[in-house]
Amino acid sequence: MTSSNERRNRPALSLHVPEPDARPGEEVDFSGVAIPAAGSVARPDINVAPADIRDLPYTLIRVLDDDGKAVGPWDPRLDADTLRRMLRDMAMVRVYDERMFRAQRQGKTSFYMKSLGEEAVAVAAAHALDRDDMCFPTYRQQGLLIARDYPLTEMMCQVYSNAGDKLKGRQLPIMYSDREKGFFTISGNLGTQYPQAVGWAMGSAIKGDSRIAAAWIGDGATAEGDFHNAVTFAGVYRAPVVLNVVNNQWAISSFSGIAGGELTTFAARAVGYGIPGLRVDGNDPLAVYAATRWAADRARSNLGPTLIELFTYRVEGHSTSDDPSAYRPQGAGAKWPLGDPLMRLKAHLIGLGEWDEERHQQLLDQLGEEVKAAQKESEKLGTLGGEAAQSVESMFDDVFAELPWHLQEQREQALAEAEAKRK
Amino acid sequence: MNMIEALNSAHDVMMGRDPDIVVMGEDVGYFGGVFRVTAGLQKKYGKTRAFDTPIAEGGIAGTAIGMAAYGLKPVVEMQFADYIYPAFDQIVSEAGRMRYRTAGEWTLPMVFRSPYGGGIFGGQTHSQSPEALFAHVCGIKTVIPSNPYDAKGLLIAAIEDPDPVIFFEPKRIYNGPFDGFHERPVTPWAKHPAAEVPEGYYTVPLGKAAVAREGNDVTILAYGTMVHVALATAEEQGIDAEVIDLRTIVPVDIDTIEASVKKTGRCVIIHEATRTGGFGAELAALVQERCFYHLEAPVQRVTGYDTPYPHSLEWTYFPGPTRLGIALKKALED
Repeated sequence: MTSSNERRNRPALSLHVPEPDARPGEEVDFSGVAIPAAGSVARPDINVAPADIRDLPYTLIRVLDDDGKAVGPWDPRLDADTLRRMLRDMAMVRVYDERMFRAQRQGKTSFYMKSLGEEAVAVAAAHALDRDDMCFPTYRQQGLLIARDYPLTEMMCQVYSNAGDKLKGRQLPIMYSDREKGFFTISGNLGTQYPQAVGWAMGSAIKGDSRIAAAWIGDGATAEGDFHNAVTFAGVYRAPVVLNVVNNQWAISSFSGIAGGELTTFAARAVGYGIPGLRVDGNDPLAVYAATRWAADRARSNLGPTLIELFTYRVEGHSTSDDPSAYRPQGAGAKWPLGDPLMRLKAHLIGLGEWDEERHQQLLDQLGEEVKAAQKESEKLGTLGGEAAQSVESMFDDVFAELPWHLQEQREQALAEAEAKRK
Repeated sequence: MNMIEALNSAHDVMMGRDPDIVVMGEDVGYFGGVFRVTAGLQKKYGKTRAFDTPIAEGGIAGTAIGMAAYGLKPVVEMQFADYIYPAFDQIVSEAGRMRYRTAGEWTLPMVFRSPYGGGIFGGQTHSQSPEALFAHVCGIKTVIPSNPYDAKGLLIAAIEDPDPVIFFEPKRIYNGPFDGFHERPVTPWAKHPAAEVPEGYYTVPLGKAAVAREGNDVTILAYGTMVHVALATAEEQGIDAEVIDLRTIVPVDIDTIEASVKKTGRCVIIHEATRTGGFGAELAALVQERCFYHLEAPVQRVTGYDTPYPHSLEWTYFPGPTRLGIALKKALED
């Protein structure tokens, strides 16, 4: 195709393709990241008009300062037991992640995804929500299950697709589902859960229930049409839903600029939909708790949805199938200026005189033992690659409530094939 | 009742019986739908049971799935089947797989209704028949009525069904049966026996075909508007055809198909949708697999052409009596 520019006396246009600040081999530089001081952002009433807090999406709500002290109006003033429980849950997520990542490397399963550095985003939110609020997670909020005491063995059985897997080996590892724990079934299709959460919340409102929904989406998936659908519907019907955007700044290999985050924030998208947008230090468990609580209280008071951007950093690769050193500087996560959520909460508790190094080490040892014991227990029920845990017949169940004739026929074919293989 | 009134009645009967049924879609609330299928429902059942949505099919499907996960039974309208594609991901990846991927922990008893089919000078985006796209999706049932009695009974059955159902309504026959003889005046449903529709609750089972006309020489497999084209063509040509109205295309009623083709030894399949990859291909394969030794002629497919649906060439594109007549003759002569 030739340009028509030669015929016109106008400057040539050029296409802007966003690039991250640093690529492999280059020095990572986070100095451009604007970090307001902890406690510096005002906390509006929950019945504030969204138009009156248009500045909030462009700042960063932070509670824990550099010394681990809780400061400012967003301090949720949690008691020490709750803080210790949050610390325990985040540590458990990390220990569990480490163990399952290794299990994948040992060939015990096909796939795993860690949430290193993002533990607060799920754990603190779970503590701020009511136990019967329904969560619509992505694949990186395993902390919700752990904070709600879902048995580790159940999680591991799912990862192993073994005989104990309640999803009968049908789902890729980490795509958990537990209705009882208010953890909606994870789908591989990005963004789909976002309008579903809004619909669940609309259902709750239609029935005059008091439960609310909370949803999570990554920065990358906000580019999906379902993000727009969800926030539009949430705003239109004032659905009681907390819409979280976990901005960990990477969607596999593409940085958040490719998702539309170069010139604005993800929280700022709320402005156009007429709903409040909060931007929160995602590595500050107290800030995450406080913002979630604010949004949940708003939803529960029939004041409608809130969009919360949780600003954090994906410290490790996207998944066990990903090598981040191919597209970003090595060790970038360690230099992330908002630190490590677990270490920040630990410092806070120590500062309060409610924790110490010794107890922390004891906790880690104890969690390590718990995870090891759960792993032993779940591996008794098999790992992927061993004898198939599920029957051939079971593959055809649950496509429909009842088995139609064509699936019945196909099941017979599969059984005949299995028989032929045995001979 | 005409088909619109029958569908409206199905909504009314079910909303009266089950407070968990909600109706949503573009223009379905106050206005009662661009085809009037949901007329009066908002007034009778309130704004939170029958309501208008933003123009976002993906959002309609996604939020409805969330409502069904909550415990409601959404009956969702997609204004035209031609505009269902933005919801395709939600329907295929979510609705179709919910029961399976959660091993029954979450199920989605919901209905996606949508006017479909051509013959109305609807051009490219008001005439399509995308049923084969959904027939290919596991976990979803696909239903297409051909008359008011079935429309109401099938819709009630679809609403009660524990699985997600795609319910395509042939808009060409909303007001009266259409046999493809477009130059003749169209008769309203009032003169048709299937317009006798009970006021109250009844069902027509999913997965069961109807023999619309008994015959011995050739089986015509049809659904929707094409049932009327098939019946009229058989009459006009004096062919002793057995016309099977499939009513549900997934799961299809294989027993009725098999019994008929084994009796007649010949089979012609007719649908409006484009040919390649159309549902006719599945039907032809099933007939070939199951009735091979009974077949006395190759299975014929009478379909829309593999082109987008044109506007001015409506009657060249539409698979009407002439095209079906040629195929029937061929099937009988071979």
